[in-house]
Amino acid sequence: MKLSSKRFVATKHFTQQENVAQKALRATRRLLLPALLPILLPAAFAGASQSAIAASLAYVSNEKDDTLSIIDLDSLEVVNTIEVGQRPRGITFNEDYTKLYICASDDDTVQVMDVASGQIIANLPSGEDPEQFALHPDGHRLYISNEDSSLVTVVDPQKSIVTAQIDVGVEPEGMGVSPDGKIVVNTSETTSMLHWINTETNELFHNTKVDQRPRHVEFSKDGKQLWASAEIGGTVSVIDVDSKEELHKLRFEIRGVHRDKVQPVGVKLSSDGRYAFVALGPANHVAVVDAKTYEVLDYLLVGRRVWHMAFSPDEKYLLTTNGISGDVSVVDVDKLKVIKSIKVGRYPWGLAIKP
Amino acid sequence: MTPANYLIAFNGVLKREALRFVHQRTRFFSSMVRPLLWLVVFAAGFRAALGISIIEPYDTYITYEVYIAPGLISMILLFNAMQSSLSMVYDREMGSMRILLMSPLPRWYLLLSKLAASTIVAIPQVYAFLAIAWWFDVQPPWVGFLWALPAVILTGVMLGAIGLFISSFIRQLENFAGVMNFVIFPMFFMSSALYPLWKMQESSEWLYWLCSVNPFTFGVELIRFALYGKLNGEALAVVSGCLVLFTTLAVLVFNPERGAIGKAPGGKGKP
Repeated sequence: MKLSSKRFVATKHFTQQENVAQKALRATRRLLLPALLPILLPAAFAGASQSAIAASLAYVSNEKDDTLSIIDLDSLEVVNTIEVGQRPRGITFNEDYTKLYICASDDDTVQVMDVASGQIIANLPSGEDPEQFALHPDGHRLYISNEDSSLVTVVDPQKSIVTAQIDVGVEPEGMGVSPDGKIVVNTSETTSMLHWINTETNELFHNTKVDQRPRHVEFSKDGKQLWASAEIGGTVSVIDVDSKEELHKLRFEIRGVHRDKVQPVGVKLSSDGRYAFVALGPANHVAVVDAKTYEVLDYLLVGRRVWHMAFSPDEKYLLTTNGISGDVSVVDVDKLKVIKSIKVGRYPWGLAIKP
Repeated sequence: MTPANYLIAFNGVLKREALRFVHQRTRFFSSMVRPLLWLVVFAAGFRAALGISIIEPYDTYITYEVYIAPGLISMILLFNAMQSSLSMVYDREMGSMRILLMSPLPRWYLLLSKLAASTIVAIPQVYAFLAIAWWFDVQPPWVGFLWALPAVILTGVMLGAIGLFISSFIRQLENFAGVMNFVIFPMFFMSSALYPLWKMQESSEWLYWLCSVNPFTFGVELIRFALYGKLNGEALAVVSGCLVLFTTLAVLVFNPERGAIGKAPGGKGKP
């Protein structure tokens, strides 16, 4: 029965509906137009995507290539590659962005690069194997982690002299200066501690135990909180700076990724206090955390072994270095989407951005 | 014959195709469930296992869900095309094809109408799938949805033409199971729908070669690039070429007498 009714329907349409002709003509036109539109207007779409921000540059240290890659943040392309000392890791600008300090770990020195010419103009005494460092807001004190000798070396980069050496735990790594410049916090990977250093006396005044292998510390912009990542522990501790008490411990769980691979390293806090971003190392994701409620909002897929991160000056983009895949991923901070990954040298490690 | 006559015929074919689709609710249901199962279940399982490095047209790392979405769109088109050619076999067997052929319009025109109609029916299925996939983080740029349309149409018509061509060689409805085995599955699996071809190349050169000559691969890539606002010239050329080739072949070999009713006594059908 069903069959015959279908046949009937077909017959009807073939023979009877004369007025359908016009309708069909309209329908064809309606179908054709959107089909042709994209063929006709490709140039219009291509041109519209370029935006006009000031040409900021991102400097990326490539640990294995002994180079820096420079990325134009307008075009999101590598515009230059500069050769530097062996195994460059932590990099940071001085206050007026005329000099870039580079931890050349295998050369046991911190190099000073003249940003305008791209030339290395000095090698600072840094102690052995400098890995990460932080520059004091006064520009006269560079706090350097000496991974192999359990020391923090304080160097005056302008006079090129060591002003102090502070004994800390085994394998010092992360380094952070409070916004008011009164405190420096260093992490020691093997001792699993945060070492609080008074910048006036250059003395240790407190230690905080955190989870295994703390890698990186980051002060909140108001200086009230300290975020510390623990690589093997797989956690990030949020510490109250005044009381040194732990306010919260963040844990991460990514669908389809084994827990052992979740190894938090880099942490970045947006200056509006809204988000914290945590680079999760071999988990190849960046966690987006609500900095107020400590809730993990999302995980963004980036390249392999994501290490450190940096914001563009307008905080529109967050850049991540992906060591194993050798690229830098760009996160659109408003949309919380990864928009591009840019090939750089081998094992990109640190990032510094010049407005 | 005036253009109006042509339109009436086209309209008839389209309406029939649409009615067939609407009346078979399970068909719409299954045409949605099939790719969604792949997206939600299969892709979730393989998410960690298959690392996708950056390949054109993507600018960054993507999840496996994002990778297979264009392949699943092509899967919708493939099943739709095969279902449509299955209906040709059915019509031939049941005799309703006579009504179609009663039309005084040229046969090639009727076949083209059939192809166009079945593709038009596929378009809402594709966009319904894309809408649902949006919730599973398959979120191409908005402009991609517009660009995808011509790519979907071209690929749909090409697959329809291949289906029509094949259906000319099938005598009975029962044989259609073979089409599943020998056309749909190989076409789908030996393509870039589920895994990038370089991955295939790592395991077998021979399979890689098969995949890289499969027209379905080019359909998938055409849609993949279009979804991200890019044009894959090679895919466009191959898909258009295959479209013309298989449409011509389908029209040339189309033989309504083949099949149950047309079977000449003694079984001596035409070659």
